[in-house]
Amino acid sequence: MPLNKSDVSSSQWLSDSELKKLQNRSAPKNGRSFSQWLRTYEGQKFYVSALFLLIPLALLLLFTFVPAANMIVYSFQERDQFGVDPEFVGFQNYITIFTDPDYFITFKNSLYYLVGSVIQQALALLLASILCSKIRAKGFFKGVLFFPYLMNGVAVSIIFLKFFTKGNPPLTQEGTLNSVLMTFGIDPVRWMDAANPVLVNCCLVFVSIWRYIGFDIIMYIGAIQSISPDLYEACDLDGANPWQRFRYIVFPSIKPIISLQLILAVKGAISVFEIPYIITGGNYGTSTFVIKTIETAFKKKQVGLASAMAVVLLIIIIIVTLVQKFLFRDESEVDARKSAEKKRLKMSGKGAL
Amino acid sequence: MAMTKRKLKEQARSGRLLLTVLQYLVLITGCLAVFIPIVVILLGAFKDGKEFANSGVFELPKSWSFENFKTAFFEGNVLLGLRNTAVILIASCAGTILTGTMTAFVIQRFDGYFTRTVKALFLLATLLPNISMQVTVFQIVSKMGLYNTMFAPIILYVGTDIISIYIFMQFLSQISTSLDESAIMDGASYPRIYFSIILPNLMPAIATVLIIKFVSIYNDFYTPQLYMQDDRLLVVSTVLYKYISSTKIQWEVVFAGIILCIIPTLVIFLFLQKYIYSGLVSGSVKE
Repeated sequence: MPLNKSDVSSSQWLSDSELKKLQNRSAPKNGRSFSQWLRTYEGQKFYVSALFLLIPLALLLLFTFVPAANMIVYSFQERDQFGVDPEFVGFQNYITIFTDPDYFITFKNSLYYLVGSVIQQALALLLASILCSKIRAKGFFKGVLFFPYLMNGVAVSIIFLKFFTKGNPPLTQEGTLNSVLMTFGIDPVRWMDAANPVLVNCCLVFVSIWRYIGFDIIMYIGAIQSISPDLYEACDLDGANPWQRFRYIVFPSIKPIISLQLILAVKGAISVFEIPYIITGGNYGTSTFVIKTIETAFKKKQVGLASAMAVVLLIIIIIVTLVQKFLFRDESEVDARKSAEKKRLKMSGKGAL
Repeated sequence: MAMTKRKLKEQARSGRLLLTVLQYLVLITGCLAVFIPIVVILLGAFKDGKEFANSGVFELPKSWSFENFKTAFFEGNVLLGLRNTAVILIASCAGTILTGTMTAFVIQRFDGYFTRTVKALFLLATLLPNISMQVTVFQIVSKMGLYNTMFAPIILYVGTDIISIYIFMQFLSQISTSLDESAIMDGASYPRIYFSIILPNLMPAIATVLIIKFVSIYNDFYTPQLYMQDDRLLVVSTVLYKYISSTKIQWEVVFAGIILCIIPTLVIFLFLQKYIYSGLVSGSVKE
């Protein structure tokens, strides 16, 4: 059967509006009833948008924007859980957050996690580049290192409660870490020591690295594998050693991802919640900003102050996101320009051929 | 001349050998760091109470009895937790897939001021810090009468999941609009296009979303902890948390509970390894 040429091309070359006109032609131009209009593509767009977006938009407003607006209003009030006679207090809640040492210490604690995530990125990069070289049982190593990321957070926390236990020999046994140390002849250490918050925080950061590093490893493996093999070949021809190869080929190629990860680490460090909440309950000087927020809202029932804390967190996140957008906008623009250039060159090359 | 060349070669070879040894050493250390904490839990889960208190953490259990696992599963509520988690998981996955694909379809296919505004609203919502928001979300949820029901987490998992919408939109932008156009030429309506063209073509995206949803809901602790205090509504995370927040902790049973709760994750990971890696990474690059 000979194909009707105009039919085939029309589906590809007609614009949206022209197609619609084509469809509307059958409908009478004037005196269309509403139900007739609904059947046109214009009408369909209307009712499909309305029907399809009704529930998602309602949920978005109800569980995201209304609470966000409430949060801002509450943050200027002193109010309890049920909102019985709230009292306007101006910026008092915000002043408390930044002056009361009980609240301000949480910012200091997030620095532990910030340093921790820098270490985490470095370790992940090391492991990822090893996993990208010629190694046996790659899949096994990758799987083992990644699996903690999938584990239930409560399970991880309990595992590390046991890990850091300081035993009381005749009654209770030493925990995992102390047992390992004792096989090397090192005396057991009281890890979860209320008198030593620095040590406790470092332990918690260790758990956090243990749990989340697998994800970064996978990210970096993806990034390293997307580097063109030509670069490696050129590198081998020049007789570069593995360190030089990493320094001059791998590192520059994945630098954008590393800096993105480091920026996201700021967001992560201020939002730490689960691991310290379960392991220490925020005691021993390990409270984080989010733990403090939740405690203030649901234990102390000071919803106004807690809302102010949530607003502060939101502002920090917005600032970090803006920095990230600002830093990475340029690069993506440059990339877009480069690829456009390449395309043009290719086209002109084709023309010349 | 030839001598030095050979020497150099030998040097290079021994250097490479040293590097390989170092590489394996780092990897094995990493794996031990992952394994040791978990192995201790596994060994402890097989010991009875007395043996647990009197033996070192690395000592093998005298007999491999599954008594603790039985206790954790039936009396320790692991079974209940798994069942409730499964119900919440299935309901929220179904909800997310339906609302997510519909939203993505409208935003991606109908370009206009309205859809662009909607898209911007969803984008804005990604900024809001999830756990801190519960301070005010809690009041809305309890005003709606959803406190202490499974609807609370389900509706939150469906309603505040914006990453899925992004994944669907990304996949949709790769499905050519000429497919829709040819369907329009054949006289198909938009709902028809959604159900018979878009939805089937989005299957890989749906699989990705299902994986991300499983990991995040199965492991979520705070939403159920906050909204479902009732003992009949315990999920996996809150079952485990309840163990350690009680005054008398039977560690060997707790350990058995942990192992039981990890098994579903491990099985899924072993079978879907490749998809999990790519799925989770694609879920993270929404920014």
